[in-house]
Amino acid sequence: MENLLNIFVKSIFVENMVFAFFLGMCSYLAVSKTVKTSLGLGLAVIFVLIITIPVNYLIENYVLKKGALSWLGRGFEEVDLSFLAFIVFIAVIAAMVQLVEMVIEKMSPALYNSLGIFLPLIAVNCAILGGSLFMQEREYQTLIEATVFGFGSGIGWLLAITGIAAIREKLRYSNVPDPLKGLGITFILTGLMAIAFMGFMGIKL
Amino acid sequence: MSNQEREPLFSAKNLKLLTEPLGRNNPITVQVLGICSALAITVKLKPALVMAVSVIFVISVSSIVIAALRKYIPERIRIIVQLVVIASLVILVDQVLKAYAFDVSKQLSVFVGLIITNCIIMGRLEGFSMANKPWASFLDGLGNGAGYGLILVIVAFFRELLGSGTLMDYPVMEKLGLYSTGYEDNGMMILPPMALIVVGLIIWVHRSRDKSLVEKN
Repeated sequence: MENLLNIFVKSIFVENMVFAFFLGMCSYLAVSKTVKTSLGLGLAVIFVLIITIPVNYLIENYVLKKGALSWLGRGFEEVDLSFLAFIVFIAVIAAMVQLVEMVIEKMSPALYNSLGIFLPLIAVNCAILGGSLFMQEREYQTLIEATVFGFGSGIGWLLAITGIAAIREKLRYSNVPDPLKGLGITFILTGLMAIAFMGFMGIKL
Repeated sequence: MSNQEREPLFSAKNLKLLTEPLGRNNPITVQVLGICSALAITVKLKPALVMAVSVIFVISVSSIVIAALRKYIPERIRIIVQLVVIASLVILVDQVLKAYAFDVSKQLSVFVGLIITNCIIMGRLEGFSMANKPWASFLDGLGNGAGYGLILVIVAFFRELLGSGTLMDYPVMEKLGLYSTGYEDNGMMILPPMALIVVGLIIWVHRSRDKSLVEKN
């Protein structure tokens, strides 16, 4: 339990997707103009992360990894398919996004309308693929650990994008030098936020 | 055949495809694409160069492939087709790096894989290669890859020089004898936040030189 809590807190604050690894920057910069839309995108990212990471975890551990196919029989113990990871992960993500989109459309049209355009965008959000690749690299021990990691990363991303969106809303009333307006100041603000987040470094529960 | 067929390989129009992304239409500072996988690997010049070369390779080859196939790709599944082409090329790059430059490959870690979701590549395939001939697409891909690499190298240059006092692991600051005068490396430059701030400053310089790029709000 302590271990899970540690992974959770670490993935939100210490190893924040945006501030420590710059993942999902494209949509982070493009969609962070208002708090409402960025909240929608953030929720969609959490949603997709907690589905794709466990699925990719299972695929990694029961199909791709060296020796993972041993449940098929003796002859498969030496098979190592890990070079296929990229293409399988991205296919899973694209398929899952499509699936999630269809399910949400059917089950809850209201949620679908509010997430609407963001869902397809998420398939190419680096935070999602990055989550799966980090899961592979860090070799989490159990399915629950991987899921908790995905959930935490999603929350961290949501925190980052809503934070910057709130700042950008206020920024409209401040006097920024012309060439720095828009993109430039957003970068510098993100840098400053990242410095603040570095205060969490070294936290261990 | 149409006029375009007889167009010289490096006509003014084609050359513009190549040079435009280096400055006025830079993928990072103007189009805001491909920042995702870029910034974390600019601590040192060497991984940044390797990353730049990998992206240039993937984007130019995938541009040719998609442009050559563009008439046969059904509209509805084009994203999947593009992803498959990109992912196969990235696997190629990853395997080559693992075989010939293992230390760099370890430093780049997940970011080689993240070339797949690099928005520049998807963006150029979607926006250019799907509607243009292979040669023009190749130049466009090359130009955009180079524009991306340029920013990467500039950022890495400053971060390595000011952060660790070296360039390509060559101890520049030490050879210049700066340490004996009391100069110290700025450890802040190695940390992730400074990559963002350096890019912000590059954008600032770029936009004050070219006023037409300034945003309204």
